[in-house]
Amino acid sequence: MADPKDAGHLFRMAAVFAAGIIGFLVVRSLFVPESFGQYGHYRGAALAEIAAKPVMFAGHGVCENCHIDVFNVKSNGVHAHVACESCHGPLAKHAADPTTLTPPKIDVAVLCLRCHEADLAKPKTFPQVVSADHSGKVVCDTCHQPHSPKIDSGASQ
Amino acid sequence: MNGIPVEGFMYPNEIELQWGVLIVLYPFLTGLVAGAFILASLERVFRVEAVKPTYRLALLTALAFLLVAPLPLQLHLGHPERSLEMYLTPHTSSAMAMFGFVYLWYLMAVLVLEVWLDYRHDIVVLSQTTTGSKRWIYKAMTLGSTNISEGALALDRKVGWIITIIGIPSAFLLHGYVGFIFGSVKANPWWSSPLMPVVFLFSAMVSGIAIVMIVYMFLCRARGEQIDMRSVDTVARYLFYAFLIDFTLELLDLIHRVYESDESFRSLDFMVHTRLYFPHIVIQILLGTLTPIILLAITQVARLTEAQRRLIYTTAGWLTLIGIFAMRWNVVIGGQLFSKSFLGYTTYKMGFVAREGLLVAIVLTILPFVILWALIKLLPPWEEVRGSHLATSFADD
Amino acid sequence: MSLTRRHFLVLLPAAAIAWDSIIAGSPEAAPNYNMTDHWWGMLIDVTKCIGCGTCVQACQAENNVPDGYFRTWVERYHVSDWSIENPSVDSPDGGKHGFPSATKEGGKYFYVPKMCNHCADSPCTQVCPVGATFVSPDGIVLVDQKYCLGCRYCIQACPYGCRFLNPETNTASKCTLCYHRITRGLTTACCENCPTGARQLVDLKNPNDPVHKFIETHSVQVLKPHLATQAKAFYYGLDGSVR
Repeated sequence: MADPKDAGHLFRMAAVFAAGIIGFLVVRSLFVPESFGQYGHYRGAALAEIAAKPVMFAGHGVCENCHIDVFNVKSNGVHAHVACESCHGPLAKHAADPTTLTPPKIDVAVLCLRCHEADLAKPKTFPQVVSADHSGKVVCDTCHQPHSPKIDSGASQ
Repeated sequence: MNGIPVEGFMYPNEIELQWGVLIVLYPFLTGLVAGAFILASLERVFRVEAVKPTYRLALLTALAFLLVAPLPLQLHLGHPERSLEMYLTPHTSSAMAMFGFVYLWYLMAVLVLEVWLDYRHDIVVLSQTTTGSKRWIYKAMTLGSTNISEGALALDRKVGWIITIIGIPSAFLLHGYVGFIFGSVKANPWWSSPLMPVVFLFSAMVSGIAIVMIVYMFLCRARGEQIDMRSVDTVARYLFYAFLIDFTLELLDLIHRVYESDESFRSLDFMVHTRLYFPHIVIQILLGTLTPIILLAITQVARLTEAQRRLIYTTAGWLTLIGIFAMRWNVVIGGQLFSKSFLGYTTYKMGFVAREGLLVAIVLTILPFVILWALIKLLPPWEEVRGSHLATSFADD
Repeated sequence: MSLTRRHFLVLLPAAAIAWDSIIAGSPEAAPNYNMTDHWWGMLIDVTKCIGCGTCVQACQAENNVPDGYFRTWVERYHVSDWSIENPSVDSPDGGKHGFPSATKEGGKYFYVPKMCNHCADSPCTQVCPVGATFVSPDGIVLVDQKYCLGCRYCIQACPYGCRFLNPETNTASKCTLCYHRITRGLTTACCENCPTGARQLVDLKNPNDPVHKFIETHSVQVLKPHLATQAKAFYYGLDGSVR
């Protein structure tokens, strides 16, 4: 069979391959993140990182802590289940410290119509109007109180 | 969005294509590798003597293209600096991750070993006869062993033969896997098909054989050498056979789609007749498949002169390469032009000087030829290097 | 507004303390949150959606979503006659600013909010080459922004079109079901701000969750059920024409 002396170069090549594999394993032990595999094939630490992102919307429960009077008006009207921030925008920063962020002024003409402009695709039971026919150029809050918009609800302007 | 023209309805996030021309280039390059290698294997394993003159050239071509293949991928990644993660924490359910290992296996355990074993005699002689800095490259490649005795060379041939045997299924795996990366995506009906790996593989063989044929004829011309027509005739015949199988598979896919006419069919059919008409019908099918098949068929049945055959082979070869590139384009780009809602189509806006633009694609297509030129200079494929008075059969120390 | 100064001085610190206790902590540190107790999903009531786009805007504000990309969006369908295989659909800027008034009379129209379905057998996590996207123990499909390579295979594999490549981070991005909110006992930004209650978070491991009870007692559908992704975004009132 083959003379082992003639196989010297093959052993050298095998050694190069072995060195490569060992090198790879070393690199692997150095660079694979520690929490990898903790819960599955991913970095376990990612869960905490994602969950630590800042919250931008405070949520409807928080506003009533300070704005109880508005809350009471809204709770008795048809907008009871519309979250404050749906119209007023993200206000978590305001809830944490009102001096850092004042809620921006609302463009009533645009805001109200987004929900209430008539469209064939909106559910038939949903209150909607063709604004041009309904009020012309008159802005919505001239007649409707946004926190309790139904006109005969007794809410003051 | 972003000024991209959309027809009908697309999910908003689908409007911009995710995989562009670089991802088209990648299967094209790996396809050339697999095809060139399988051609080389014909000589070694199936003892097809006629293709022997192209053997070493086919190996070097495969190596040149394989070295460039990862580059379009790196340029495409959002974070190329994290690409090592694919080797450190590969997700075994991901075809893309496992492909990293298939690539590495093929490069190191098959191609590099086979080139080294076949060239080892020449490398040892060149390490002793070359002067200048090039000598160090050869010296490094000898791994310190200068044994080119009959016994050592016989062992090399034997081991090389085993590696070629392993190499053939490895080459199938190399490009079949790329087909599987697309074929396994159930979300995309243009891609999702069990035929995809097989179609990719046969189109790879076709393109690989074509490129070796073209490069061989070109280099013979450039060096003023006689083209071995027996060799080229045989290579062209294999190209013809591979093409027939490839075409049959693609036709099968088409017939199946038209017949079953599932929910995606109308949308895909419309796409092929409009946005994809030129690249698919004109370039891929008419120019890139039917024309070369007919041309090659003519050489098989008609009695033509050598000059006529060479002209046909060159033409057919180039059309083949263009056609196979178009096939990759139609799969990758075509698969993203239609909406997964089957209600709309978008447009591919290919940049030119951008990171994933056409200019980069052109550079990356030329680069393998530059590397091939360097490899040919380093490891001439033409004849065995003579230098017997220096090539001793000392045992290793 | 009739808050007196005294009210303000008393309420402000109380609110701040209440707020701080809500936003403090991570899921592991949060005293009340145990991942294995929850299996999250969402219920979308198509019959209630008015296409106002408030959810799309809220999501963008909460999660810093870049313009032109969408973690959630609203589609409007028009099915003009009996053939539900040919709807016309539009989603101008994802429905973020509502929709221009529909003009074609006849047939049925409706809005369909879309989002990541947080599939239990998720095809996107299957193809991720490195484990950057995964299903969390509480059922949310998340992307590890520090690990993602930006290869975009997951975007190709998602049948619902809910993923995109964030051009600012060059990584894949999508709806996280407001993981940072739900682990603190809040609801998602889209559910919070939906004025009609068309979107509601559901905890499928909580038998007392009223939304969970609804899903168990009413006909609900998921998108593309033939792909067997075990989607957890349930639709009530979904028409057969919806893609």
